[in-house]
Amino acid sequence: MNTLKVLRDLFYYNKEFATGLLLVLIVVAVAASSFFSPYPPLDVYVVPPDLPPSWQHPFGTTSRGQDVFWQLTFAIRNTLLFGIVVAVISRVISLCVGLVSGYRGGWVDRVLMSLNDTFVVIPLFPILVLFYFIMRDQMTWGLLALIVALLGWAYDARLIRSIAMSLRTREFTRQAVFSGMGTGRIVWQEHLPFVLPIVFSTTLNNINWSIGIEVTLSVLGFTDINTPTIGGMIYWANQHTALVSGIWWWVAFPIALVVLLFIGLFLLAISMNEYIDPRSRLSRLGGQA
Amino acid sequence: MKPYLTYLSKRLLQFAVVVFVGINIAYVVTHSTPINPVEQTISAATAYGSTSPEAIEMMRRSLSELYGLEGSPWQQYLSFWQRVLVGDFGPSLSAFPTPVSELILRALPWTVGLLLVSTLLTWFLGNLLGGLAGYYRENRVLRAFGVVTAGLHPVPYYVVAFVMLLAFGYLWPILPISGGASMAADRTDVVGFALDVVIHSILPVLSLMAAGIGGWFMGMRSLVSNIVTEDYVTYAELAGVRRGKILRHYVMRNAIGPQVTGLALQLGAIFNGAIITEQVFGYPGIGSLLISAVHAGDYSLVLGITTISILGVSTMVLLIDLLYPLIDPRVEAA
Repeated sequence: MNTLKVLRDLFYYNKEFATGLLLVLIVVAVAASSFFSPYPPLDVYVVPPDLPPSWQHPFGTTSRGQDVFWQLTFAIRNTLLFGIVVAVISRVISLCVGLVSGYRGGWVDRVLMSLNDTFVVIPLFPILVLFYFIMRDQMTWGLLALIVALLGWAYDARLIRSIAMSLRTREFTRQAVFSGMGTGRIVWQEHLPFVLPIVFSTTLNNINWSIGIEVTLSVLGFTDINTPTIGGMIYWANQHTALVSGIWWWVAFPIALVVLLFIGLFLLAISMNEYIDPRSRLSRLGGQA
Repeated sequence: MKPYLTYLSKRLLQFAVVVFVGINIAYVVTHSTPINPVEQTISAATAYGSTSPEAIEMMRRSLSELYGLEGSPWQQYLSFWQRVLVGDFGPSLSAFPTPVSELILRALPWTVGLLLVSTLLTWFLGNLLGGLAGYYRENRVLRAFGVVTAGLHPVPYYVVAFVMLLAFGYLWPILPISGGASMAADRTDVVGFALDVVIHSILPVLSLMAAGIGGWFMGMRSLVSNIVTEDYVTYAELAGVRRGKILRHYVMRNAIGPQVTGLALQLGAIFNGAIITEQVFGYPGIGSLLISAVHAGDYSLVLGITTISILGVSTMVLLIDLLYPLIDPRVEAA
């Protein structure tokens, strides 16, 4: 109940949160309507090709004879799901690394953070391209999600570590140690609840980041192009030189929708952050008064 | 001097770890495939017309050598490292017999130039404006700028570059949208050629800046608005120090440290962005080379570019780290 109340207050008093939530809800609604699509996602030439937006086909039709709107519903659903899957897997890794590193300190911390900084610095894109190059047709949607998650946990692990470090010196941690709790239980039961809010806000940023990677890779055709995604739609549009032949709606609507999603998630993330960090909340109040 | 040496050795160690892990990832990726790359290349090469069994056997042998698939796993691993350290990735398959290293060297100046100009401009402008916005909180222009960059910030490089391409390529075609210089450019005319290169780089640089400036702006603004509330700033204000001087010497100077660290951390991501931007604008750098290598099925070129990217980015990070004590002398003590 308490969480609901916080969300309601955020919605009423924080413009960014309200706008972000609205944008994300629009995108989710589009994704959800894929379940009512009259056409299967992979079928081509189900409608007349190259029709501009009209009442019958609100976003027009593609050169492959697909309705842009219904194609978009499948695409955004897969893209969104991709972001969520990556975020969940990479969250698990960054929580484990961050909490253990922050709590244990010493050489464990040094080794884990050295590894962490490595993953922050390494350029991801060439590695993903190399991976696609090797896997070719074996490169499935799920495999890509796993790889991106394995490479994308490092930023947030450092953040979680810094919180865990400050928790370590708090009195309740000492009490837990004296009452005989092991590392696993302290980290899991005592420290996890403190980092969850910040993890939630970084999750939203992580979803954005992974969707950006997915869109980029599939626009270049470096993913499984038979799973409809936002990047995949732009890829097919480019293959049919849609812009040169004036079929702008094939490109414009996917880009517009995914930009809405980016901005929505980002606004949610910063408003969450502001809520979690009371200092910026105070300065906001001070700035308005 | 001693603390600097400790700092130096720590950074060098971290550099070694980055390179080691990066090259190992490249090794694991190239050797984890369920598909036999040798057989795949042979079947692609022999799909049209018949080839004699002897020729196929010869191809198989030379390809296994090229892919580093000869000998025991340990030998394969060692020869992989050897190739990386010597910088010899063999001849390119798609531009046979040009060596991979030569193709990369030809593309590298374009990428480095594009990255250097766009990164420095973005970082400088973002921090300057962010600092001003954090200090002069009531300024309307800076507030509006903050809203615009916050909207642009979450949009990935590819989309920004693509929209720029649409805007200046189709709607309002005033700038060249493709290539690093005009085809007919006269390279003996130094000034004219330089101008041509600059004009061709405007759109790629602008799209990299548009996608990157928001992060620096918002980071600096929040750093500065925290520092402004510190006692020493209030004291300086009460003592009647000019505002410009407070901003430059009291506020910005203290906030710039984390932003330099941020630059080192972001470099990998900025590099990714440059690769993608190059592809969109057909810029003749590493990114375009990488993507055409994938389409041409050029294994040695793809592997060469990946390893060079890892080495290049981690070297740049090391350089920034080594310069850091000049900006913030306190690290030496830590």
